[in-house]
Amino acid sequence: MRLVKHRLFWPAAALVTLLIVNVVANPNFARITVRDGQLYGALIDILRQSAPLMLVALGMTLVIATRGIDLSVGAVMAVSGAVALTIIDSPSSNPNSLGTVLIAIVVAVLVALVLGAWNGFLVSVLGIQPIIATLVLMLAGRGAALLITDGFITTVNSDPLSFIASGYLLILPFAFFVWLAFVIIVGVIERRTALGMLTEAVGINPEASRLAGVRSRGIIWTAYIASGTLAGIAGVIYAANIKAADANAAGYLIELYAILAVVLGGTSLMGGKFSIAGTVIGVLTVQALDSTILFLGVPPAQSPVFFAVVVILVVLVQSPRVHRWGRSVGARFRHSDGEADAPSSPERQKEVAR
Amino acid sequence: MTAMETAAPAKKGLGERVGTFTNRHASVLPTFAAIAILILLLVGAELYFGNFLTPRNMSALLLDNAYLMILAVGMTFVIVTAGIDLSVGSVMAFTGIFGASLLSSGVPAVITIPVMLVSGALIGLLIGVLVQHFNVQPFIASLAGLFLGRGLAFVVSLSSIRVEDPVVLWLQSTRIRIGDWYITPTGILALLAVAVGAVVMHKTRFGRTVYAVGGSEQSARLMGLKVPRTKVMVYVISGLCGGLAGLVLTAYSGAGYPRNGIGTELDVIAIVVIGGTLLTGGRGYVLGSMIGVFVYGTIKTIISFMGAEQSWTHIIVGLLLLLFIVVQRAIVARSERGS
Repeated sequence: MRLVKHRLFWPAAALVTLLIVNVVANPNFARITVRDGQLYGALIDILRQSAPLMLVALGMTLVIATRGIDLSVGAVMAVSGAVALTIIDSPSSNPNSLGTVLIAIVVAVLVALVLGAWNGFLVSVLGIQPIIATLVLMLAGRGAALLITDGFITTVNSDPLSFIASGYLLILPFAFFVWLAFVIIVGVIERRTALGMLTEAVGINPEASRLAGVRSRGIIWTAYIASGTLAGIAGVIYAANIKAADANAAGYLIELYAILAVVLGGTSLMGGKFSIAGTVIGVLTVQALDSTILFLGVPPAQSPVFFAVVVILVVLVQSPRVHRWGRSVGARFRHSDGEADAPSSPERQKEVAR
Repeated sequence: MTAMETAAPAKKGLGERVGTFTNRHASVLPTFAAIAILILLLVGAELYFGNFLTPRNMSALLLDNAYLMILAVGMTFVIVTAGIDLSVGSVMAFTGIFGASLLSSGVPAVITIPVMLVSGALIGLLIGVLVQHFNVQPFIASLAGLFLGRGLAFVVSLSSIRVEDPVVLWLQSTRIRIGDWYITPTGILALLAVAVGAVVMHKTRFGRTVYAVGGSEQSARLMGLKVPRTKVMVYVISGLCGGLAGLVLTAYSGAGYPRNGIGTELDVIAIVVIGGTLLTGGRGYVLGSMIGVFVYGTIKTIISFMGAEQSWTHIIVGLLLLLFIVVQRAIVARSERGS
């Protein structure tokens, strides 16, 4: 019973159910093969491919915890990918040298950081609604990315760059270690310092936390900077994966998938309490769902229907009215066989009341 | 405005009058600003190109943006109730491709067109019910609508379907000419949508309830207004407008295409905000949204006149959006201080 009460129970249950359905439908799903000391298989692919979404959702979790939302992450991804590949592709540089790639990544992530700071400025200093403040960059950012690449899809062949997306470290994909590292970094900063608690305070009641002496402006600003920076890294990984900077396709709809993953992980869009572990589970669920749909042979273009059904189911399960229905059905059910297990019923009744 | 205030002592009569006017009509100011920007754009473009303000060009402005105008009308209703509808672009794509596929399988237009409108309204109804009766945030509920519409569009067809139905093509090909000016039935539909929207918004009980809900939902409820019904209705209206826009766009392009309208929802939100509607709800005008569409369309035309990349459109619309929200922010802050 305590396990069921844990707030990560339902998100985790959803993920496990999804994986079980896959394994039952196709036993090959769970098969992991070892080749040259490296692991391959559908599950490993999920770990590898979830890197961009994971980074974006991580930043989104922090922003949502402050009662905000960051719609610009997809555009920031497009910009950072365009910046990185334009630097690597420039005639004076050698695409296969590690130095060039590192400089390109650093510059791209710094640009993303500035874009995040811009969002944070609009929201925390000017006090503009987060949806509309980040909408500005969402519209303008993709246009700017197209200008950086001159409207073309810049392609590069760079070994160090493609290592980021498809290389292996020890036995697991390098991209997995990238997102794991950032999950740990963000987790430690938020949960081992007071920052996480202060973020939740700002999200739960901005006015009260201000009166209590919390500097909400700095905290909100930091959240948007983190979101922008992480989206920048995600953009580089995405570009490394397809070996191209595609300003139109990079991060397309990723803001919506990231928000979905955060909500699946149990963080409320109303701000306040957030769960980084929940977000990790949410992202893996979204990615697993994506693979499942592909696995079932549905054209990828039609997959939004499944996501729509999932979103509707998730929000229905979370909605108070369905909870009430569930309780009244449960209460009636218990009432009918109430005499049979009389000793335990008061306890249950208490739960119902709760 | 600050400049006006400081200048007030010197020219008291005019300054004071302007001050009173801006205070009393604070909610119309963003719309006036949009009109000013539109005039500025048109005059500037005419001076720069010399052949911009031609009847043909201006007629094309309405023709090319008819579907946006219809979507903007529905979105205005939603945003005035402090909601948001992200689904409009994909609802338009779905109804468009659905209609095209019905027509190509021999269903007459008399049946197809109502079916398109109803299917748009049904997605709107789904969003409205989720928002009102299941307490889902409009953002998330309409996100589900977005996914649903886009996915269903691809379920209907993965590629575009040509439309050869004479009735639907008539909507686009007929040109009612007055001198060099012309208007197509799609343009008339768009203007009709604006007119009906404006009348409903300002002259009916429903319209007043929409404003009341946006101003303060709790007050509206305590006043005994039909809040739940109104909140569901605005999403149905937006879905209906999505269906109508699907029809207009299908007629315009002569085909249904499941990739139509990707990102259109954000353009429409930007247009509505530029037209002077506050995202916090309670203030906004359907006619303002029409001005917003013209501003957007004019920027697009100017950019294609200059032969520049169309990606500039979004950069400039983004900057305009920024300008407007900062101005709105200032107005709201001012009126809060004033009251």
